[in-house]
Amino acid sequence: MEKPNLNYVDELARGDMSVRKILIDVIKEEFPEEKKNYYKSLEEKDYKKIEENVHGIKHKISILGLEKSYETANIFEHNLREHSLVGFKDFDKILIVISDYIETI
Amino acid sequence: MDCIIIDDEKMARVIIKTLCNQVNTLNLVDEFSNAMQAIKFLNSNSIDLIFLDIHMPDFNGLDFIKTLKNPPKIILTTSDPKFAIEAFEYDFIVDYLLKPVVLSRFKKAIVKAEKYQTTKIAENNLKINNASDLEIKNDFYVNIDRRLIKIDLPSIYLIEAKGDYIHIKTEDKNYVVHSTLKKIEEKLPDSLFLKVHRSYVINVKKIIDIEDNSVLIKKDVIPVSRSNRPELMKRLDLL
Repeated sequence: MEKPNLNYVDELARGDMSVRKILIDVIKEEFPEEKKNYYKSLEEKDYKKIEENVHGIKHKISILGLEKSYETANIFEHNLREHSLVGFKDFDKILIVISDYIETI
Repeated sequence: MDCIIIDDEKMARVIIKTLCNQVNTLNLVDEFSNAMQAIKFLNSNSIDLIFLDIHMPDFNGLDFIKTLKNPPKIILTTSDPKFAIEAFEYDFIVDYLLKPVVLSRFKKAIVKAEKYQTTKIAENNLKINNASDLEIKNDFYVNIDRRLIKIDLPSIYLIEAKGDYIHIKTEDKNYVVHSTLKKIEEKLPDSLFLKVHRSYVINVKKIIDIEDNSVLIKKDVIPVSRSNRPELMKRLDLL
């Protein structure tokens, strides 16, 4: 599976370490909350909310340079619109990869 | 350009804020995590540009756009371009940015917004000049049976197209003139008149009531086409 990176964050910060820190802090602050909301909506089988949460997390996936995972999340989001949970296991794996990664940054 | 950001996701707001700081011509005034807060802000503040997320829970970007009476320029931000397509029917939407937004693409969108601003200022100046002309005139002349007849503009309540002729209805008298609705529309002040249907222009100050797809003016019930209805609703002073 592809590995997350901070290329986008570095490009955006343009060498300004304080900006880099702000961006990383927001990822570390917001992602766990989004993940928690996602699992909660999954438990409640609230498809609209699951879709909204996946949509929000998608942005973090792309920020962390996970291009293939982004496509996987897109397909899952589309399935959710059809009230199908096909793809949730793959999405789960993406969340684990990101969770592990943000512990290291 | 004074601008604001509307996005429910903090990360997205921080990214746009970072990009705004990298463009000298932008002055970020405020940021909002939901559209309702932004509506309240816009009720008492004027800005030039909004960075608007389309996909937000409860009250999304498209709902927000529909509430704007005097919309500033808008640059949409989205993870999914197909959400942006619907919004492009509005001419004040100058561009859309796919997330995650990169500086080079962001700068291009700002150039578009600045160009749009220049064009709009020129258009508005032209409108103001035309309006001033009309304010001075307040009337116009029509050619009927080789006679030039003066018609007081505010007295007109309805203009109807019928074949090669237009019927001008005023408080005192009706006139049939060999002309087109399009030609006469150009001479009418926007502040008073509005085309509500391909065959009808009405004086909005003379509306008695509006029901579904029609308006009552004097004793005439005039159809309002679906495409003209939003503009009509905008022009009314609703409580």
